[in-house]
Amino acid sequence: MIATPVNPKVFEPMGQLFVSLPHCAALGFQYLGADGRKPVLKVDWREELVGNPATGVVHGGIITSLVDTTSAVAVTAHLERVETIATLDLRIDYLKAATPGKAIYCRAECYRLASQVAFTRAVCYHDNPDDPIAHGVATFMRESSPLPMLQEPQA
Amino acid sequence: MSDFMEQFATLRDQKRFQDVVNAIPYARLMGVELGEDESGDLLFSLPFHERNVGNTVLPALHGGLIGGFLENAAMIHLIWNRESLDTPKIVDFSLDYLRSGRPKTLYARCEITKQGKRVAHVLIEAWQEDRSKPVAVARAHFLLATTS
Repeated sequence: MIATPVNPKVFEPMGQLFVSLPHCAALGFQYLGADGRKPVLKVDWREELVGNPATGVVHGGIITSLVDTTSAVAVTAHLERVETIATLDLRIDYLKAATPGKAIYCRAECYRLASQVAFTRAVCYHDNPDDPIAHGVATFMRESSPLPMLQEPQA
Repeated sequence: MSDFMEQFATLRDQKRFQDVVNAIPYARLMGVELGEDESGDLLFSLPFHERNVGNTVLPALHGGLIGGFLENAAMIHLIWNRESLDTPKIVDFSLDYLRSGRPKTLYARCEITKQGKRVAHVLIEAWQEDRSKPVAVARAHFLLATTS
């Protein structure tokens, strides 16, 4: 069974909000939707995202931003109302090099939402999430700021 | 060894710091600047740019961007301080966020904690106005003997 978002009125707008943030927009992140509570983001290969000009492989920093952003969206699938969250820590395992020219996808899930901290895991892949190029785990602090990232949607 | 690594070594020997950064497309996109501090160690800086924001309300730098900046710093620092012209390959990267990144210049310095035959361990620290108040600390493992 695929768990549905706790509140689609929080999850959907937050997915769109996160990819519209200036740095995500600069990198070209796209929100493709969700598999239950697992959001999927995509970034197309572009020359300016390359980290190794000898090979054309995308910079690891793109993977870091993609995992951070997708994981943050995954937390919002579990929230009843909009709240501001902040990454506490993040670890990325680079399982194999990304293929130059191919889009990279990231799918994340929040596997534990505690009262103050949310725990997430994510995979980055080209064609198949079972054949990942990177794996990321992160924790987020909840209610990191009293300033809302988004106005509460009207019921 | 690649043409890129040969070019890197040439730029390093001529101390053309900014040309090293500009050879890496994503570093150029972030707006990374490179120089030396008073003790001759590499000092990375990232002047504030609107495109690096991750929270427009606070505002704050994007956490992923801070990660990318530190990871890039670790890679350049490692290549800069090695004799070998093999490209190190990042294995894993772990990052702790201590404070939010304000809309100001972000700095980073690295330290090679260990360089073995196969693996190097690099510590990275980022701060803004006050070095004693780090924004983030990170560490990375790199494979040193690679074919690419």
